Amino acid sequence: MRAYLLRRTGQAVVVVIGVMVVTFALIHLEPGSAARATLGTRATDERIAVFNAANGLNRPLTAQFVSFVKQAAAGNLGTSYSLHQPVSTLIAQRLPRDGVLLGLSTLLALALALPMGIFQAVRRGRAEDHAFTVLSFGLYSIPDFFFGLLLIAIFSVQLHLLPSQAPQAQSIGGILADPRALVLPVLTLALVSMASFSRYVRSSAIITLAQEYIQVARSTGLPERLVLRRHVLRNSLLPVITVLGLSARDIVAGAVIAEAVFNYPGMGQLFFQAATSKDYPILLGSTLVVGVATVIGSLIADIAYSLLDPRIRYVDG
Amino acid sequence: MSTAEPAVAPRGSGRLLAAAFAGNRRALVGLGLVAVIAAFCFLGPLLYRTDQVTVQLDLAQLPPSGRYPLGTDASGYDELGRLMQGGQSSLEIGCAVAVVTTVIGTLYGAVAGYVGVIVDAIMMRVIDTFLAIPGIVLLLLLVSMFTPTLRLIVVLLSLLSWLGPARLVRGEVLSLRTREFVQAARMMGGTGGRIVVRHLVPNAAGVIIVSGTFTIADSVLTLSALGYLGLGLPPPHADWGSMLSAGLDYLYDGNWWLVYPAAAILITTVVAFNLIGDALHDALGVRGQSR
Repeated sequence: MRAYLLRRTGQAVVVVIGVMVVTFALIHLEPGSAARATLGTRATDERIAVFNAANGLNRPLTAQFVSFVKQAAAGNLGTSYSLHQPVSTLIAQRLPRDGVLLGLSTLLALALALPMGIFQAVRRGRAEDHAFTVLSFGLYSIPDFFFGLLLIAIFSVQLHLLPSQAPQAQSIGGILADPRALVLPVLTLALVSMASFSRYVRSSAIITLAQEYIQVARSTGLPERLVLRRHVLRNSLLPVITVLGLSARDIVAGAVIAEAVFNYPGMGQLFFQAATSKDYPILLGSTLVVGVATVIGSLIADIAYSLLDPRIRYVDG
Repeated sequence: MSTAEPAVAPRGSGRLLAAAFAGNRRALVGLGLVAVIAAFCFLGPLLYRTDQVTVQLDLAQLPPSGRYPLGTDASGYDELGRLMQGGQSSLEIGCAVAVVTTVIGTLYGAVAGYVGVIVDAIMMRVIDTFLAIPGIVLLLLLVSMFTPTLRLIVVLLSLLSWLGPARLVRGEVLSLRTREFVQAARMMGGTGGRIVVRHLVPNAAGVIIVSGTFTIADSVLTLSALGYLGLGLPPPHADWGSMLSAGLDYLYDGNWWLVYPAAAILITTVVAFNLIGDALHDALGVRGQSR
């Protein structure tokens, strides 16, 4: 167990370094250089030389990389070109808001996908199973932005039931104080994730249902509801943990779109605005933060998995 | 876990695929839909000629009529003809990305899995690194740095999509390389390259085909998301995602013909490829990548 944890943590450290190398490489891929982006296209060569010297951009790449890592480790991710604020401040403001949006939608997705997948596995091959399969294929295949705008068209414009805009409050408390405005963005993200989660739950529940210990449990006279809850649900949960770790990138992608649709002031919106205004410090800073967060997330998922299911440690070495 | 026989034999694979399709309703429905949509996009313009280059503002936003079956858009383009043209780029990009990622992912995964040990560890950490950076983030970053063209978008989408196939093929090769027929090939003096290309890759064909099919569906969806974010193909090119998001601007003006046809064909296409992938996944006995 300790060997597994050490090895897995070591891998995560290597990947974090890799993320830093890629981010650093992207800075230098930037066409027209940081100086041109900051000073404008008509800056003279002398001014660019002064800018480069002032920002250490004329030093060898290795030296620049070392100071980039040091700066990043100290929480300094540069200053936004367009918003003139430290990137770390901008990210620190928005990251908790994403915690609310993504946390709620992922929880809702799981709460819906688990019963749905198990129900499908129990009714495998029957009409109910096919109906839910069609539903999840459909939801999975709808572009997120279209789904979000469709929900707005129905629930905000036609029925006047819910606001079309996400909460605009700055603080977490303020966002949670306006639950009606959270419904549509959370629903958009949750239903799309539910579609893929439920497929994993369904296939792992089908495998679990075929196991001998389920037969044993049934033959002891355990009611079917308890068989499902105690044995099938728990064992089908395990693969979902891995899927959660792997789907972090899809969840982030969904957030970029959902925040654009519902005007939610989170990381996705910050990133998208930075992309359209070519605000490279924000783009690179958030790439780094999201990358490191993803690595840590999947590390936690793997450790949780190995604690919950001792078999994994032997399978993986 | 996998003690079963290799799913696809190198020679009978075409026949096995045909059998997989014939016996499966989902696969047939998916394949039929793809055939109809492809015919609509590629053969349609031969029968239904429209001008998709000249902007004609006097013809903008016309509702469907005998002359324009699906009306016209904000630039005066015939919407039906534009759906055909947009479908061509969406399908071409989807298929091109699937081919590129399948080739790169397969070779990368096969080499990593076959060589093993340190090389494998390094190659897998490279994949982990790129998996850690969400695709859309990298995509937005690069599209903001370089002007999007058809070729650039194919390259960028491929750059994001080869990671999945590479991991799946590696997993498959890891279990294949200990089998007797691979050891026999090695003992008879087969070189590493020959073993990878002649023995390991053909035996991983099931995994590869399934992931390639899903990649088409995912690429069409990702392209549409880029279109919504205004980073799709530059005009006068069309793609379904850009058409759909442009149409959504006029949804509340009652211009439904700019929204629902594009949405319907886009969603149907993605569903169709997902159906095929899912059916092949079951038929070829592939583990771990169902939808």
